[in-house]
Amino acid sequence: MWIYEKKLEYPVRVGGPNPHLAKVIITQYGGPDGELAASLRYLTQRYTMPIPQAKAVLTDIGTEELAHMEIVATLVYNLIKDAPLEEIKRAGLDGYYADHDRALYFVNASGAPWTATYIQSKGDPVTDLYENMAAEQKARSTYEYLIQLSDDPDVSDTLKFLREREVVHFQRFGETLNLVHEYLERKKYY
Amino acid sequence: MDGQRLSLLKKIMALEFTCIDFNLYLDTNPEDYRALAEYNAASEALLAAKKEYENLYGPLTNYGSTPSPQAWRWIDEPWPWETTF
Repeated sequence: MWIYEKKLEYPVRVGGPNPHLAKVIITQYGGPDGELAASLRYLTQRYTMPIPQAKAVLTDIGTEELAHMEIVATLVYNLIKDAPLEEIKRAGLDGYYADHDRALYFVNASGAPWTATYIQSKGDPVTDLYENMAAEQKARSTYEYLIQLSDDPDVSDTLKFLREREVVHFQRFGETLNLVHEYLERKKYY
Repeated sequence: MDGQRLSLLKKIMALEFTCIDFNLYLDTNPEDYRALAEYNAASEALLAAKKEYENLYGPLTNYGSTPSPQAWRWIDEPWPWETTF
């Protein structure tokens, strides 16, 4: 069960319409290292986690990623909602426009749709936690590239918050991995 | 959204962010009682701020977690993606 909260986790402000920036930021909505992939990866891996701390971490980070998905969607929505068609064309978003108008859809920066092959769920908790630590690093790198590409300081501020969260999640997954290793060691000897 | 409402909303966002971060930390460090005390203090402040906001502007959460006396205010705009910060 989930309860929706009618608020963002972090404020979103944009300087004005900017379809160029929307086109690249959308990869954190529906791209390989984006927030949809992150939330679904963690929320689906949690069922086979062996210890209570790991079940909690995957549930809570998976839920926070849904809030990040909403932040990214809010960025993209506000960057394209008032953009004139000419600008959308100039940004190379005309193909996207043909399929989705100014609506939100799960694609990467080049327009390829989201696929479940972006994520993995192996059943082995060590394997899954390594996957998650790698995923957090990949998302951090992507946010850094997006910050380099951004010409809107307000957007960059929100991207920096999201980047920082990847670092914190990486840390928590690392601690979870240690706890799982300890659990597996104990299981071997008793 | 007027200035007073926005500043209360931002206060709630800040307090809840504190709770999110402590929550994640406590998931892997449940025996850190100093962090637990910080979490509980932030949680109390968050609940008070949410109550104040919801009394003035309607529910922040759905499915019965907050009552909606007199009128059904859940459908009131703005939604989070429409809020101007």
